[in-house]
Amino acid sequence: MEERAIKPLFTESSSPSARFIACLILSFLLISVDHQHQHLASLRAMLAVAVYPLQYAASLPVQLVDDLAQTLATRRALQGENEHLRGENTQLQAQVLRFAALETENQRLRQLLDSSANRREDVAVAEILTVDSNPAQQQVIINKGSRSHLYVGQPIADAHGLLGQIIQVSPFTATALLVCDERHAVAVEVNRTGLRAVAVGAGESNELMLSFVPTNADIEVGDLITSSGLDNRFPPGYPVGTVTAISAVPGDQFAKISVQPSAQIGHTREVLIVWPERRVDASASPP
Amino acid sequence: MISRLNWPGAIGISLLVALLLTAIPLPDWVQSWRPAWVAITVIYWCLAIPERIGVFVAWSIGLVLDVLHGSILGQHALGLATVGYIAVLYHQRIRVFPLVQQSLVVGSMVFFYLGGMSFIYNMLGSRHYGPEYLLGAVTSALLWPWAYIVLRDFRRKTVTSAR
Repeated sequence: MEERAIKPLFTESSSPSARFIACLILSFLLISVDHQHQHLASLRAMLAVAVYPLQYAASLPVQLVDDLAQTLATRRALQGENEHLRGENTQLQAQVLRFAALETENQRLRQLLDSSANRREDVAVAEILTVDSNPAQQQVIINKGSRSHLYVGQPIADAHGLLGQIIQVSPFTATALLVCDERHAVAVEVNRTGLRAVAVGAGESNELMLSFVPTNADIEVGDLITSSGLDNRFPPGYPVGTVTAISAVPGDQFAKISVQPSAQIGHTREVLIVWPERRVDASASPP
Repeated sequence: MISRLNWPGAIGISLLVALLLTAIPLPDWVQSWRPAWVAITVIYWCLAIPERIGVFVAWSIGLVLDVLHGSILGQHALGLATVGYIAVLYHQRIRVFPLVQQSLVVGSMVFFYLGGMSFIYNMLGSRHYGPEYLLGAVTSALLWPWAYIVLRDFRRKTVTSAR
């Protein structure tokens, strides 16, 4: 074992330049293939499984802090919260009662009209594992994947509104693109008037923009924007946001409309995964 | 006293810790100041034992980083391979620099690495990365002396001397 006692100063193995050029070629191949095709989805899913423990471990400190805050909460605070939740629960239950009555009535009316009836969605709850470390990239990783029958393009929401959609699935995790990412768009309508539009993510901040709304359209600050379901991807009727600002750009036939998302992006840890109607293909069946 | 690495797991552990520090969620305003942990660790090992850790290892770690970030496969691999190549090529020179000069070199390497990454993001991803994405280079340079000392001690602990 002593033949390599002295570290060779000049190594004769293949030069780093040769290896570097090999890596360069490999990288460019990977980038071009991954950019244009979906062939690498399985490779990515495989690697994602290997990375899962890492992501889980990284989310642990935040969970620990949350748990600690729970443990250290005073009795008085807990009692207050409990009371508040109890009140809220009663209110919500009253609303659900009314909602159930309305839903049956709606279904009956729809049957009378012979239009496509019940759109009953299934939902499951998942937890956000990590938020991407890049501020400009609005995506999150959640702790459910293809093992829980998630699929690419599936809508996710939180308790307050539409959150985004799933863009990558691996067996245990899935990556979701948030509504405020620049690459994200959702077909919406104004709840008050039924005006249709497309809500596109604005990028950096917590904001959406409404595209293709004429300057003379009937829209006001404070209007609720809901998903219209016309994109065949998001279920109709989920709140997307409220209009915060409207401005007309001179010379442009469309108004510049800012929308604040209803979903509490950056504040929630639990997300709802939505199966919008049972599809025919088995891949989209709920667990 | 001949030092020899007889526990290769040590390198893996340090790289794992770096990946972990990359993945830990931070508040928004600190995000852009997050040092390029993985790049720093790769640079250290490329400087310390270039005959073992070089371009290929850096490239594979970059692939893992791509999956972690959800970026295009090969993007961070390309960046880290380049960083590792430069470190391996000039390791004899950079090793003898005083720590301050070293951190300047490392900082500029990370600067170009982050610049390349944001360039590829902007080219392919249709996303806009402002100059604040490069702030990580500043923290990386400031962090380098500590990272260097910690990793050096870690290497000496895990590298048993062969009598």
